[in-house]
Amino acid sequence: MTDVTADAVAPDARRAGRIVYGATVVFLCAWVLVPLYFLLINTLSSPQAVNAFPKSFIPAFDLGSLTFFANFSGMLNALKNSVIVAAMTMVMSIVIGAPAGYALSRFDFRGKELFRLLILLTRAFPLPLLALPLAVLFIRTGLDDTAFGLALVHTTLAIPFAVLITYSLFSGIPIELEEAAWTLGCTRLTAFTKVVLPLILPGITASAIFAFVISWNEVFAAAVLTIENRTLTAFLLQTLGEAPLHLKFAGGFILVVPALIFIFAVRKYLFAMWGIANR
Amino acid sequence: MNARLLPYLLILPVTLFLCVFFLYPFLLVSKQAFTQGAGFTLENFRDVASHWKFPISLKNTLLLAAVVVPVQLALALLMATMVNRMEKGRDLVLYVWTIPLGISDLAAGIIWLAIFEQSGFLNSMMTGLGLAEQPMNFLSYQSPLMVFTAIALAEIWRATAIMLVILVAGIGLIPKEYYEAAEVFGASPWQRFLRVTLPLLRPSLQTALILRVVLAFEVFAVVAALGGTLFPVLMGEIYSYQFDLQNSNGAAALALVVLGISIAFTLVILRVLRVPKGATI
Amino acid sequence: MAVIEIKNVAKTFGAYTALHDINLTIADQEFMVLLGASGCGKTTLLRIIAGLETASTGEVWIGGRRVDHLAPKDRGIAMVFQNYAVFPHLTVFENIGFGLRMQKLPNDEVRRRVERTAGLMQIDQLLKRYSGELSGGQRQRVAVARALAMEPDVILMDEPLSNLDALLRMEMRAELKGVLAESNTTAIYVTHDQVEAMSMADRISVMHKGEIVQAATPLEVYRNPAAEFVAGFIGNPPMNFLPATSQGGGKWAVAGELFDGPDRSAPLKFAIRPEDLRPAEQGLTATAKVIEPLGAHLLVTCEIDGEIFRAILDSDMTVRPGDRITLAPQPDRIRWFDPETTLSAV
Repeated sequence: MTDVTADAVAPDARRAGRIVYGATVVFLCAWVLVPLYFLLINTLSSPQAVNAFPKSFIPAFDLGSLTFFANFSGMLNALKNSVIVAAMTMVMSIVIGAPAGYALSRFDFRGKELFRLLILLTRAFPLPLLALPLAVLFIRTGLDDTAFGLALVHTTLAIPFAVLITYSLFSGIPIELEEAAWTLGCTRLTAFTKVVLPLILPGITASAIFAFVISWNEVFAAAVLTIENRTLTAFLLQTLGEAPLHLKFAGGFILVVPALIFIFAVRKYLFAMWGIANR
Repeated sequence: MNARLLPYLLILPVTLFLCVFFLYPFLLVSKQAFTQGAGFTLENFRDVASHWKFPISLKNTLLLAAVVVPVQLALALLMATMVNRMEKGRDLVLYVWTIPLGISDLAAGIIWLAIFEQSGFLNSMMTGLGLAEQPMNFLSYQSPLMVFTAIALAEIWRATAIMLVILVAGIGLIPKEYYEAAEVFGASPWQRFLRVTLPLLRPSLQTALILRVVLAFEVFAVVAALGGTLFPVLMGEIYSYQFDLQNSNGAAALALVVLGISIAFTLVILRVLRVPKGATI
Repeated sequence: MAVIEIKNVAKTFGAYTALHDINLTIADQEFMVLLGASGCGKTTLLRIIAGLETASTGEVWIGGRRVDHLAPKDRGIAMVFQNYAVFPHLTVFENIGFGLRMQKLPNDEVRRRVERTAGLMQIDQLLKRYSGELSGGQRQRVAVARALAMEPDVILMDEPLSNLDALLRMEMRAELKGVLAESNTTAIYVTHDQVEAMSMADRISVMHKGEIVQAATPLEVYRNPAAEFVAGFIGNPPMNFLPATSQGGGKWAVAGELFDGPDRSAPLKFAIRPEDLRPAEQGLTATAKVIEPLGAHLLVTCEIDGEIFRAILDSDMTVRPGDRITLAPQPDRIRWFDPETTLSAV
C-alpha cells in the first residue's frame, strides 16, 4: 500500500524539488551577475546617459565614460601604480612565502607550531590598520608615498595566504617523488628544481595571481600610505565625494575586469588551495 | 647543508618580514594608542570614546556584522550543498558564484551604487513598472534603513564567495560513505545536513567565520562608496582621525579597539566551534 | 662488488625507539628480505641504508665504504618505492633515464640503457607515455626499470608489490626475482608478505619491535624458527603451541602424551606446524571445532585443553565439528621454546 502511494507521489515531489533547485541556482547566478551587468551598462554608456533617468537596461556601447576616465588627470598614473604595487606584492609574497610553505610541508622542526600560529594569527588581525604606524616609519625611511612601501604592507596581507597555500600545494606532492630523485643522483636543490618545481608551477602561479588580486583590491592601506602616487583604489576613494558618476562607474569597471580574469585563471586551484591550507 | 638548520633557514624570511611589518607596527600602534606627548595614558581612548560619532560607528559596525555574517553563512552553506550535488554545469556555476571573490570592496560599493543611486537601476525599474512616480533618493539621511540595506546587500553580494570557497573545499573533504551510512540508517536529507555535514564541517566553518568576521569589522570602502558620512563605521572613523583630524594617537586607539573586537570574536569562534581531539575526519 | 654491513645501527624518534642496535651483513649479490609486521622498523632500516633517514647511532658500509654520512646520491644505490614515485611530469623514457641524465651521460648512452632496461621490464612500447596513462602494474615496471637503468651496486625495494592485485603480484614476484638474479646487484627488499619473502629471498631477516629476531634462509626460518615470534609469524596458519612439563630425563608431558625433548627441568612450550600432524591411533587428542575445506587439504581448527590447535589434513578425511580426533606429530618436526625468553630451546 505504502509502496503504491510512494510511487504515485514521488515523481511529482521529485519534479517539484528539481524545479525549486534549478530556480534557486538560476536566481543565485543572477544575484551575482546582474549587478555586474548594471555596472557594464553604465561603463559602456556616454556620461550623459549615465547621469540621465530612467536607465536603459541594454548597454549603448558608447566609450564616452571610459574615455573620460582615461583622460581624467592622474587616473592613468593611478592605474599604473596599482599594477606596479600588485606586481611587487605578487613577487615578494611568493619569494618570501613559498620557502616557508615548503618548510611546513616537508620538515618537523621545533617551533613549527609556534610558527604556524604566527601565520594564522596574522589572519585574525585587521592588517590594513598596521598601515597607520608604518606611515610614520616610512616617512623616516623615505619609503612614504612609494609603490615599494605600499607593496611591503600589501605583502604582509598576502603572505599568510602565500604560506598556507604553498604549504597545501607542496603537501600535495608526495615526498616519495623527491626521495626518488635523491636516490637517482639529485641533491636537495636539483630534486626541487627538476621534480617539485615543474609539478608545482601552475599552483604557484595561481597563488601569485591571488596575491596580485589582494593588492589590487586593497583600499585602506593604499589610501593611508600614498598621497601623490595614489593607486587606483586610493584614487577612486579620494574622489568618491566629488567625482561625477560616470567616472566612478568606469573606475569600478576597470577595478573589476582584472579580478574577473584572474578568478577565471585560478578557478581550478581555488578549492585545492583553500582545502587543506585553511584548516 | 645541515638538514636541521634548513627548515629554519626557509622560514627565516617570512619570520623576519612579519616581525618588521606585523609585530613591530603592532607594538608601535599600541604604544601610540597609550601615549600622548610622553608617558602612559588612557586619554586617547577616553577622547575617542567620548567623540559623538564613536557610539554610532561602533553600533553600526557591529550591527552590520551581525546582519551580514549570518546571512552570508546561510547563503554560503546553501550554495555549497547545492554545488555538492550538482552534476551538470558545476564548474560554470561555481565560477559564477566565486566571481565576487576577486572584486574589491570599493568596486562592490560602486556596483551597488549603480543600483541604488537616484538615477540608478532600482529607480529605473520601479518607475518602469509603475511602482513609483518619480525616482527616490534612497541614499540620503532621510532613509537610514535604505542606506543600511544597500550597504548590507553590497557586503553580502561581495563577501559570500570567500565563505563559499572554504565551505565547498571543506565539504569536498567529507567522504561520501558517511552520507551513505547516514542514509542507510534512515536519515533524511535535512538530518544528513544537520548531523553529518555541519559537524564534520566545523574546521572549515571556523576558518570561514573567523575570516569573515574579521573582514566585517574592517568594512570601509563599501560604506564610503554607498553611504559616505551617512553611515559612520569604525574603519572610516580611523581614517578620518588620521587625515581629517590629524590625530594619529586617536586613530591608533580606535585601531586597537577594532583589533580587540576582532581578537575577541576570533577566540569566541574558536571556542564555540572547537573540534574535540581525535574527532577529525 | 657490494657487501652491505650494518653496524650497531639504532634509531630513536624522541622517546620512541624504532630500531635497537641492528647488526647485519648482506653478502655481495645476495637477495635479502626484511620481513615484519607494520611498525617493526623494517622500512626505517631500509631508509637508513638509502640515506633518506639518519641513524641515531651506528654505521652503514656499502662495498667497503662507510656511507652513513653521504647523501643518497653518493651511496651507489637505487631504490624502488612503495607508491612507485614515477614522476608525473616526465615520460616513461625520461623517468627511466632520469638518473642517467643526472650523471650527465651522453644521449646515446642514455637511450641505449633506457631501451635495454625497458625491454627487460617489457615496457618498451610505453616509452612515450606519461605516468597518468599507465596502470599500476606498468608504473611498477617503470619504477623497477628506472632503478635498474642506474646499474647500481645495491637495489633497495620498499614493499614494491604491495599495491598490486593478487594475480599481478604473483606474476611480478617471479619476474622481479629473475631480473634481479641477472643484474648481479645486491638487493634489499622490504615486505610484510611472508609468501613474497619465502619465494624471493636468499635470506630473510625477520624483524620485530625494532630488532632482527632471525636472519636465515627461508627454509631455515620456516623449519627452525629462532623464537616464538618467528614461529607464530611465518607459516599460514602459524605453528601450534602447547605447554609442556618436564618428566625428567628429556621426557616431556604434553596434553597427557609423552614426547622426547631437551633435558632440562624448567617448563617449555611444545610447538608443531599444522601440516606436520597426521591422524593416528596414538597421539594428541583434540576436539574439532571448525572445519575449513581448502581444496588441496582440510584445515581443522581444534581445541586441546582449552588451547587452539590447528591441523592440515588430507582433504578426503571426514571430520565434523565436535568429533574427537587423535593427531600424531612428526617427531623430527617438533620444536621447543623457552616461555621465559621466548627463544628456541634447542
